[in-house]
Amino acid sequence: MTQDEDATPPAAPADADGARGGDIVARHRLVTRLWHGTNAFSVFVMLMSGLMIFNAHPHLYWGQYGANFDHSWLDILPGRVRVGPWTIPTPGVLGVQAGGRIVAFPPLVTIPSHYDLASARQWHFAFAWLLVVPGLLFGAWGFAARHFQRDLAPSAAELKPAHLLHDIGRHVRLRFPTGAAARRYNILQKLAYLTVLFVLLPGVALTGLTMSPAMDAAWPWLLHLFGGRPSARSIHFLCAFGLALFILVHLVMVVLAGPINEIRSMITGRYRLPKEKGE
Amino acid sequence: MSIRLSRRTLIGSLGTGAGGLLLAGCDKINASPTVQTLLGVGEKATFAAQRVVADRAALAPEYAASQMSPFFRTNGVSMPSTNAYAAHLASNFADWRLAVDGLVANPLALSLDQIRAAPRRTQITRHDCVEGWSAIGQWTGLPLGMLLKQAGLKSSARYIVFHCADESRGVPYYESIDLIDAFHPQTILAWAMNGQPLAVGHGAPLRLRVERQLGYKQAKYVMRIEAVASLAGIGGGKGGYWEDVVGYQWYAGI
Repeated sequence: MTQDEDATPPAAPADADGARGGDIVARHRLVTRLWHGTNAFSVFVMLMSGLMIFNAHPHLYWGQYGANFDHSWLDILPGRVRVGPWTIPTPGVLGVQAGGRIVAFPPLVTIPSHYDLASARQWHFAFAWLLVVPGLLFGAWGFAARHFQRDLAPSAAELKPAHLLHDIGRHVRLRFPTGAAARRYNILQKLAYLTVLFVLLPGVALTGLTMSPAMDAAWPWLLHLFGGRPSARSIHFLCAFGLALFILVHLVMVVLAGPINEIRSMITGRYRLPKEKGE
Repeated sequence: MSIRLSRRTLIGSLGTGAGGLLLAGCDKINASPTVQTLLGVGEKATFAAQRVVADRAALAPEYAASQMSPFFRTNGVSMPSTNAYAAHLASNFADWRLAVDGLVANPLALSLDQIRAAPRRTQITRHDCVEGWSAIGQWTGLPLGMLLKQAGLKSSARYIVFHCADESRGVPYYESIDLIDAFHPQTILAWAMNGQPLAVGHGAPLRLRVERQLGYKQAKYVMRIEAVASLAGIGGGKGGYWEDVVGYQWYAGI
């Protein structure tokens, strides 16, 4: 493998095995595609049932205890959201009237759509298995097959501010890598995927466990790690928010980068390298 | 201009229509018995996994006095509505008796003074509501395991059922736990909270504390403790008031 050269050379550069823009290459391995498949399913159920569970008590706290008379840092109230000292009006979006009660998150984004904490918990804890078990298997495979080390670990050159700024600039102008450069993840992709893999997903899983009173008895270090159950609940919400944000950006990027080619590569593994301009 | 408006209207109505279909579809999926059975597998897996991971004597975290909630909110019924309870309250529970029966060799009827004179355990623990809030308080009471040994639990007993004085929708509250939690060292019948006799709002004269489970398992106003072989004959058969009424999970360790 050649060292990562500048992303926009004048002529189409050949890869080590001679791949150029327009060629079909093997991109995602089977394990990655399978895991992407289970996640595409489980993450949405987790987010949507999680929003219903949140609706049961739409307040977040820091510390060891937190209930109605304690100081919350976030409240979703009728038609407005309070975050610390700021109040943001959200009429018709958050804190809406639905089914004879005010719900923080509206029926369109919750599972079930009507207020039903028992069912939401049932969905959430069943699909948690589908999120965590494949996640652990993928994590073990990623290290063993050196996928993380080879494809996701950023090089020192990529982390230089100049390179980061260059990449951000290209993303802002919606100019994506073409030709052989498109075979590798760019630095923003690497950082996004590493954040999801090693911060947000372990974060939601561990804070989720911390909210379980039985798990706090089994693994008391969970409470020490997050500084209390209400803190864990806040971090759980923030990690889930981060995942939702990632999914949103991820989907936008897929659409911008060519949805058919991108989706095909995640189903069949085969990806057509984008052609260079003027080729 | 008119094209743009009609396009916007079209997109809006498509969105609303799709949303409606999506909602109806999701709720239909949720209502399907097959789906409920599948989700139930997840629930059983969680229960089994937690029992494997948590040693049967693993203690719930206990807190320092400085970490207690400044105000411990009440929840559920805060004043039982029956005349019988009102009479007990008026006489300061002088004639109140805790019945221990079912699959026991020696059924018991204990006065509040007898319970208060028995060995006690004091613990500062966290109360976690299924809705998501947490409060930390101090509880003093009789370890349930000692009471069950005194009553001589029969070998056929599998669950301990708590029958309560408070009624919701005309049904007295009830809850149940398995013997692992019943004999757990922190499972107590609390008669004091934060150093004071248990207040009515928190379940006077006696409430259950089963510290490794959620709030709805912490039965208040306990009147009778029954040892049973199966939960099938109790209420709707799911083992607890909220389990039967709204479908909360019987095992509330998560």
